[in-house]
Amino acid sequence: MSALLSIERVKARYGPVEALRGVSLHVDEGEIVALIGANGAGKSTLLMTICGDPRAAEGRVVYAGRDITGAALHEMVDLGIAQSPEGRRIFPRMSVLENLQMGAFKGDPANFQGDLDRIFALFPRLAERRSQRAGTMSGGEQQMLAIGRALMSRPRLLLLDEPSLGLAPLLVAQIFATIREINRERGVTVLLVEQNAYHALRLAHRGYVLVNGEIRMSGEGQKLLDDPDIRKAYLAGGHG
Amino acid sequence: MPFAQALREAGMAAFVAAMLAVPLVGFRLADTSTGLRIDTRFDWVAFGVGGVFLGRLLLGLLRGRGPGSGLRLDLPKLPSNAGTLFGAGLAIFAIVMPFTPMADRYVVELAITVLIYVMLGWGLNIVVGLAGLLDLGYVAFYAVGAYSYALFAIHFGWSFWICLPIAGALAALFGVLLGFPVLRLRGDYLAIVTLGFGEMIRIVLLNWKEFSGGSAGLTSIPRPSFFGIQFTNNPDPGVIPFHEYFGLDFSPMQRITFLYYLIFALALATNFFTLRLRKLPIGRAWEALREDEIACRALGINPTNVKLSAFALGAMFGGFAGAFFATRQGFISPESFTFIESAVILAIVVLGGMGSQLGVVIAAGFLILVPELLREFSQYRMILFGLAMVLIMLWRPQGLVAHRDPSIRLGAAR
Repeated sequence: MSALLSIERVKARYGPVEALRGVSLHVDEGEIVALIGANGAGKSTLLMTICGDPRAAEGRVVYAGRDITGAALHEMVDLGIAQSPEGRRIFPRMSVLENLQMGAFKGDPANFQGDLDRIFALFPRLAERRSQRAGTMSGGEQQMLAIGRALMSRPRLLLLDEPSLGLAPLLVAQIFATIREINRERGVTVLLVEQNAYHALRLAHRGYVLVNGEIRMSGEGQKLLDDPDIRKAYLAGGHG
Repeated sequence: MPFAQALREAGMAAFVAAMLAVPLVGFRLADTSTGLRIDTRFDWVAFGVGGVFLGRLLLGLLRGRGPGSGLRLDLPKLPSNAGTLFGAGLAIFAIVMPFTPMADRYVVELAITVLIYVMLGWGLNIVVGLAGLLDLGYVAFYAVGAYSYALFAIHFGWSFWICLPIAGALAALFGVLLGFPVLRLRGDYLAIVTLGFGEMIRIVLLNWKEFSGGSAGLTSIPRPSFFGIQFTNNPDPGVIPFHEYFGLDFSPMQRITFLYYLIFALALATNFFTLRLRKLPIGRAWEALREDEIACRALGINPTNVKLSAFALGAMFGGFAGAFFATRQGFISPESFTFIESAVILAIVVLGGMGSQLGVVIAAGFLILVPELLREFSQYRMILFGLAMVLIMLWRPQGLVAHRDPSIRLGAAR
């Protein structure tokens, strides 16, 4: 299997602060890869750098055999990369339906109804709330909307930033089950960034541990889960 | 709010009022037979400052009663199609209005002015209300449209219907010209640059005398014709004027009524165009951009195109309105395109409730008619007008029509 996305020695800076210090990782077609790490380790920065904002100061981002290091954020959807950005960033004053419609902005209008039905099958809650203003929904529903909106562009690669952030444990399990479904049934490759290491590593085929802008460890999800250092650093206090 | 705090705020307000009122109201130049004399009116200042103090104190105390209390006008919950019905009612009224007994020359002229501002408000609504780009220089596009029509009509003798699209296209071009440098700006910074842009256009028109006539403006701009038939009492030889063509007696009302329907049609076209656009991807992208630019980019929307299209289309409608203004007045000068015009148009959009088409109509009616109706109060009318504005913004901080209709519904429609 060849890598769908590979990141080669990427460095990124915010002014003088070096957020990524030469990160290399790869995501194969059909995989779920989790990137775990503490707050401020550079997880979200890495996701943003893949999308070209901020641009990598050094190194290369290669997607489907093509160097996309210099591509702009809004060009990602055309390449088949969708993202649910940090903080969900749904459109609060627009309805659920309008939000999903924005997700299909670049798509073929002929696919819209079918895709919408599939999203509603995946997240029945969104179907119930289709006319509601997105900003008035609960955090979990907003997260479903953010993922659903990203899926509306029919991506090949889905980038998820902290899908479990601020959600009740039951909802976290539900969201992660849905991510697995998206991956299995539709063959969407997923790279997700998580602080919730337990859930993320149980879900993922492989995982990377990011510490201070560097990859500290990598391997199969279950192996990382069993690693005593990881248990100590990220899973202290049970299921996180 | 505790009494002491209300007292302190009232004191601050009174102080500011005093600082402003002493030079503005306190001294007055009086023209006497022996020359100019300065009168003082400190009693007026005292009344004014006292009024501000008491008013602010009262407001502070009213506000203090629990969260969300104070001055807030809760409109009754209306059925969802109330806006449509009201809009349709207004449109029907606008159609029959010139034939009602109340329609004398003054009323129809006033209605034309209101409609010009409705159209400008709808145009600016695209930029400010939908796309969320604060534009303080909208009058520049109005000016571009007016001067385009005037210059083409005077120098080339082209008719209104040929010049109208040209005026719109030129205004749209200027919209893009303004749009490029401000792509990265938001909020206050954007407002400052657009403000400067509006002034630039005005100052160029003021100083480029060979081109625009400078402060003297452009005169004898051709009046519109009824599809080639002129409105005039003393036509050139061989030309059949409007009243003879239709076998009527000559009356200046014929031309004014025609102008009225012309601006009504232009404004309605603006409205339909905007409503249609809101349901198209580009219109939804404007609204999404207002909500969250980063999310838009993540969804593959190129913000450059979206912003430029909003500037261009908003400017285009300003240009159409400008062309109409020029043909209606027959005379234009840079004085018609000062910053205060931009401010009034923006006030119409904000007061109406950002993005609301019906709100723009109500607000334009209010902002143009109230100063007219208050003419009797002569020098107090701007004070009363300002007071009315303050009260409305206190009652309805979201604007008169704050409700937003989704641009897409599922179920019934499909």
